[in-house]
Amino acid sequence: MISFSPTEEQQMIVSMAKQFANDEMRKIYRQCDENGEIPHSVIDTAWKMGLTSSSTPEEYGGSGGEHSAVTGSLIAEELAWGDLSMAMHILCPAVFAYPLLEMGVEAQRKKYLPLFCNATYKAATAALIEPRFGFDPYTLSTVAQPNGNDYVLDGEKCYVPLAAQADLFLVYARENGSSQGFIIEKSTKGLEVREREKNMGIRALATYDISLANCRIPKENRLGGEKGCDFNRIMNRSRVALSAMAVGVAKAALEYSRDYAKERVAFGEPVASRQTIAFMLAEMAIEIDATRLMTWEAAWKLDRKEDATKEASLVKAYADDMVMMATDRAVQILGGHGYVREHPVELWLRNGRGFVTFDSMAIV
Amino acid sequence: MIDFEPTPEQKEAIKVAHEFAKELFRPISRYYDEHEHDSPQELIDTTWGERNKGTLALGLDVTASLRIEELCWGDAGLFLCVPGPGLGGAAIFASGTKEQLQRFLGSFNEGEPKWGAMAMTEPGCGSDTSAIGATAAHDGDEWVLNGEKIFVTWGKRAAENPGGLVVVWATVDKSAGRAGMKSFVVPAGTPGMRVEKLENKLGIRASDTATLIFDNCRIPFENILGNPEVKKVDKSQTKGFKGAMATFDATRPIVAAMAIGVGRAALDFVKETLEKEGITIRYGMPKQKLTALERDVMEMEANFKAAKLLTLRALWMMSQFQPNNLEASMAKAKAGLAVTKITQKAVEIMGPLGYSRKYLLEKWMRDAKINDIFEGTGQINMLIVARRVLDYSRDQLK
Repeated sequence: MISFSPTEEQQMIVSMAKQFANDEMRKIYRQCDENGEIPHSVIDTAWKMGLTSSSTPEEYGGSGGEHSAVTGSLIAEELAWGDLSMAMHILCPAVFAYPLLEMGVEAQRKKYLPLFCNATYKAATAALIEPRFGFDPYTLSTVAQPNGNDYVLDGEKCYVPLAAQADLFLVYARENGSSQGFIIEKSTKGLEVREREKNMGIRALATYDISLANCRIPKENRLGGEKGCDFNRIMNRSRVALSAMAVGVAKAALEYSRDYAKERVAFGEPVASRQTIAFMLAEMAIEIDATRLMTWEAAWKLDRKEDATKEASLVKAYADDMVMMATDRAVQILGGHGYVREHPVELWLRNGRGFVTFDSMAIV
Repeated sequence: MIDFEPTPEQKEAIKVAHEFAKELFRPISRYYDEHEHDSPQELIDTTWGERNKGTLALGLDVTASLRIEELCWGDAGLFLCVPGPGLGGAAIFASGTKEQLQRFLGSFNEGEPKWGAMAMTEPGCGSDTSAIGATAAHDGDEWVLNGEKIFVTWGKRAAENPGGLVVVWATVDKSAGRAGMKSFVVPAGTPGMRVEKLENKLGIRASDTATLIFDNCRIPFENILGNPEVKKVDKSQTKGFKGAMATFDATRPIVAAMAIGVGRAALDFVKETLEKEGITIRYGMPKQKLTALERDVMEMEANFKAAKLLTLRALWMMSQFQPNNLEASMAKAKAGLAVTKITQKAVEIMGPLGYSRKYLLEKWMRDAKINDIFEGTGQINMLIVARRVLDYSRDQLK
């Protein structure tokens, strides 16, 4: 039956994430952006909420909750509302763990999933994006060649979050015409983590270039074994996660610029009492809600194990535009004050622009 | 639980309505666009019968809106010929007493086809409904109505067919402003109410849009909806006016559902044409690899989805008895604008097929535009959304 009401359990998780975002993330997001780092203590506190382990089955050490894209989107929105860099950092292990949970063969699940159910944060990452114009996840330049009992990987990746501290990498490469996932442990010869990237936004999140040169891994490290993975489904899960995060960022921008517009007086009245400002806010509110509902619909389809390519790609493209519109308007509403780093809206604008690029950097 | 799956009953309702849209509406679509004030009698009789059997029940709920989307996919103008209590009925539901509900709507479904209309707009007032000039004077056990109402959707059918009714907004005390504004039920055929003219319109031509004149039109005192007293406590917070606005919370998502039907008709036409030409839309492709056409179609589809989901949410909230003023206006603002743009884009993409009256696409573009105007223009709905977002009164945000 058509319904827009999250379950009680979802409401509980959401309120927990919301509180964390408000009490912890919002206090330090600016300092994190300026310094380019996130204190371990915040990540540890977030980890204790068990966001990743809660949807891992008990046999792998998790608490056996349902692995739901809808729930994941609800959480991702709240955390991204707090701060996008921190949200991506906190949820980063999932870009490795969730594809294994869904598509890994038993041996892969058994070997790796318990690592994410411990009391301390376990950094792991995924590498998809390649540093070239016209990047297309379906025709990757990074290749995986079968060689005896091994695969040999060659290529360049960028926007690999937490690569320097991660022990485990899920690297996507072209194999026999399709994109497949390969589990690579840090110690593997030929895997090199290069410099930390300097990006326009998400500056608190450490992302890296990595290169794979004659990087040899055993055949059993292919995600999903002989069957391989459903790469499109992984992409759709990522699209949904990123759309939810875009909603969170846009919502932050709406709330801040709304409150500012009510405070700021010009020509004897709050600027919010002019339609030119008020209508910008109204449109932001409408588009934020619309994007959220489209995100939920795509997530719901994923949870039903249906092909959500159409829904997920439509909402992702819509969210990319929406978050740009909303964050740009927030800066515009604050005028000159929006341009200075004393207010958060310029940070959200920089983060907002990134969503078109962030393929695979978050997953539900 | 968040869920987007219609119930089996709703799926059946969609299927049935779609059949009617395809078999009953589409074949006569062009004829009634070109014969503006003709009456589609067969459609009226058939839909009246089906409606009363329940197969085409059109209340104010999610199922009804799913039906309405289908019927408007068939033809939005013809949908506005389907008999029923309509906006007049919605107003009675929103602010009538139990006795009034029984008296006016209790046997509405019986006998011959009937219509219920709402008369609010006047030559001198549109969106600013508080500036209404029509008057209602209390005289003994009666009200005496005087004034002119324009743009009354299905006003002729409601005013002239026995058993129908028109809900008229009028002031009982001009000096009281909004507080003096009340609504009155005028039964069809009441002396003093007459149809002055029918509009010639850009689209939805099958639907009659009437000017009604009230010339010393007398109705029983108990035909007033809501409290007859004028309370001048706070000019901006008055019950009569609130009654009208509460009606809109229910009717705006319904109009949004109509819009969605028209938008989908255009989208389907575009997609079917592309399919025939062997053009597939590559969902999931990176933006820089998409053609301009693919981008256009995807944008149309995304906007369609956005409008549809906002509409379903507003209706769902109503069915849960949750206040939905904000969400109703969000849905209406988005849907009206989205389908206006979708249909205009569709005509552009289809080129000579789009502009030709040989096909229905150009008609849908003309039909779509009304959804951005009636039941509150896009701008009025944006204003309502803005006030709610800002928590501003009408005095704080004009």
